[in-house]
Amino acid sequence: MNKTVSLLAGAMMSLGLMAGANAATLKMAYDADPVSLDPHEQLSGGTMQLAHMTFDPLVRWDRNLGFEPRLAEKWERIDDLTMRFHLRKGVKFHSGNDFTAKDVLFTFNRLRTSPDFKGIFAPFAELKVIDDYTIDLVTNKPFPLVLNNVTYLFPMDSAFYTGNDANGEPKDKLVKHGNSFASRQLSGTGPYVVSERQQGVRVDFTRFDNYWDTNSPGNVDEIVLTPIKEAPTRVAALLSGDVDFIAPVPPTDHKRIVSNDKVDLVTMGGTRIITFQMNQERVEAFKDARVRQAVAYAINQEGIVKKIMRGFATPAAQMSPEGYLGYNEALKPRYDLKKAKQLMEEAGYADGFTITMMAPNNRYVNDEKIAQAVASMLAKINITVDLKTMPKAQYWGEFDERAADMMMIGWHADTEDSNNFFEFLTACPDTDSGLGQYNSGNYCNPEADKMMHEANSETDPAKRAAIMQKIEQMLYDDAAYIPLHWQNLAWAARKGVNVEPVVNVMNFPYLGDLVIEE
Amino acid sequence: MIAFFIKRLAQAIVVMFVISIISFSIQDNLGDPLREMVGQSVSEAERQQLRDELGLNDPFLVQYGRFVKNALQGDLGTSYFFKEPALDVILAKLPATLELVFGASLIIIFLSVPLGVYSAINPQSLFSKAVMGLSIVGISVPVFLTAIGLIYLFAIELNWMPSYGRGETVDMFWGWESGFFTADGLAHLVLPCVSLASIMLPLFIRLIRAEMMEVLQSEYVKFAWAKGLNPRRIYFLHALKNTMLPVITVGGVQIGTMVAYTILTETVFQWPGMGFLFLEAINRVDTPLIVAYLIVVGAIFVITNTIVDLVYGLVNPTVNLAGKK
Repeated sequence: MNKTVSLLAGAMMSLGLMAGANAATLKMAYDADPVSLDPHEQLSGGTMQLAHMTFDPLVRWDRNLGFEPRLAEKWERIDDLTMRFHLRKGVKFHSGNDFTAKDVLFTFNRLRTSPDFKGIFAPFAELKVIDDYTIDLVTNKPFPLVLNNVTYLFPMDSAFYTGNDANGEPKDKLVKHGNSFASRQLSGTGPYVVSERQQGVRVDFTRFDNYWDTNSPGNVDEIVLTPIKEAPTRVAALLSGDVDFIAPVPPTDHKRIVSNDKVDLVTMGGTRIITFQMNQERVEAFKDARVRQAVAYAINQEGIVKKIMRGFATPAAQMSPEGYLGYNEALKPRYDLKKAKQLMEEAGYADGFTITMMAPNNRYVNDEKIAQAVASMLAKINITVDLKTMPKAQYWGEFDERAADMMMIGWHADTEDSNNFFEFLTACPDTDSGLGQYNSGNYCNPEADKMMHEANSETDPAKRAAIMQKIEQMLYDDAAYIPLHWQNLAWAARKGVNVEPVVNVMNFPYLGDLVIEE
Repeated sequence: MIAFFIKRLAQAIVVMFVISIISFSIQDNLGDPLREMVGQSVSEAERQQLRDELGLNDPFLVQYGRFVKNALQGDLGTSYFFKEPALDVILAKLPATLELVFGASLIIIFLSVPLGVYSAINPQSLFSKAVMGLSIVGISVPVFLTAIGLIYLFAIELNWMPSYGRGETVDMFWGWESGFFTADGLAHLVLPCVSLASIMLPLFIRLIRAEMMEVLQSEYVKFAWAKGLNPRRIYFLHALKNTMLPVITVGGVQIGTMVAYTILTETVFQWPGMGFLFLEAINRVDTPLIVAYLIVVGAIFVITNTIVDLVYGLVNPTVNLAGKK
């Protein structure tokens, strides 16, 4: 942290202490701290959590997956391709600079150079600045997810990030693995200023005195974020009163937290789907839809959720969680062993066959145990599974090589939209367009792909929903992959720390609005 | 003496060289560092490009050659995660680990000597038997279990001790932040030090007891008894001094081992030291940091062994350091 910034922060901190009649400090522990202060360096949960504390997006998701105006006060569609945003006036950056349309343009251009974020902003042709407080976002073709995608547009302070740093490098340079200005300095419009940061040890935040959102009920003046990697230690820190707020909370500790009268547990159905894919290129039998269906009938999602996840997940029969446009109510988990055996027989595989399976062992909640359960369920229809699990660091390499016949993959749609699942997980693999990048099954259904493209340019939500629900139905009937469950989310906090209203399904708690009762 | 140092230095260089080759050749099996740097929707082409920029697509020998060339100038690479020279990152975390090891060593020294001597002198007493029984338990319980048990009892149930971290530290010199000079820092040290000590303490009690019992049987002790010397003088001056020789040798080796054991202790207590850093680096596939850590820990082993050899010479003048006959 540079000296002036820490001095500034120190001054602000003492100001805050003097002024704060109901000054409150939140000590919180996540499993990791943000990798960088540069909001465009990595598209990850940690970055988004940091962005929502120190920046504001143009619009943000509310609890019902609707949109809430932030730096854009209102917006309207001008034509098929253009959406006009009216920006909030009187907003200050941490540096003291005023927020205007040029900052939005600066950020938009920078996002389009970020390897992680450029995909989200690819549908946009340009951003036109109409005046200081009006911008037009123009898309290449009619695009239904303009608002979804601008939840990723957190305007950065263009004046602050312009010029060269002490090393002679441009301040706005986006470096993935280096010591850049933007990875260590930050000026946003958000509720908190980073006052001190020791990577991997702690990050201190101080409330921004000139925060524009004076209607926010938030009363937390200081936040100390400590990464605590080990789940038992994290839980112990909360129970012993060393921290006020923790996330994530492992399912094994839920009972202990619920039974403790000093802390509260908040859970919510999540949107990350856990699936298995069956590789048709490696295994001839998986080309036969009946065999895939047999596998689908042999898997007991409810059993996995109950026994392994201890109820901390929602059994799934499709990828879209409830609340997404593509969520198809009619699709239900279909565990039926008799039917499964019958289908195997019809397909001529009554005696079964042997396959290999791979899953990570530290990526998803209970991933290894889930894979073991699935393997033993498949044994009942005479499919012998040779299972290998490994740490995520090694797993992704194997996944890219499609190294096993069945592979586990979990997915969260960055756009909070069903089409994102189809594009990455079930579309016909195509290295040029990047579609089907995580479709290790090589499942390919041209008709579903056609509908997916159609949904991408359909701006009428009702029609889009109908198309995407139909895709879910097709994938279900075809048993394109094996859905298991959506992982739930959990947070735990000391009583009096009202986290419930600020947490959300994306797992970016809006800590600016957090209220601590004394 | 000088010849001894030169010999040691040459050995150290060979050791470092071997460690660097081994750690460099296993790094390909640790996973893909790019995966930890980019989001999941980044395309393979983008990742290849980044890999090229990082030089990860170069042949092994080219990468290793580049590493050795930089290492000779004191640059062990730049950590992907911390974006700082790997050596700086590790050295910044070294004090926390050394303080932990130091605290644990104090516990071991001040408990193992009296307990070991007592149970050697009074092998039949109930207390000795209890100490021996407990030491079996201590040696068999894995350190992370001890640590979690301690947290559960003293942090959650009794609420006497903090559950994680280093607490308040004071700046010493060269960026050394110490937890030994504040009440809060000391409170944070207790549980991690006890857990770390729990592995080695039983070993040392048993070692001192066994050595002491052997020494007490020796002729010169019998002679001392016959001479009618004060028992205290016999036990603590004559017998203990000879007991300590093998203890120092084992102790030197074990200090290195203890640095390695800090990986577990630090992880459970979220102790911001080197061991925790190393485990995190493995999870993040931060290969430059992993390689640098192995080299630094190798250096610590070499240094502690050298010191042990020197101390050994002081305690036992018959040992010839340079190995001349």
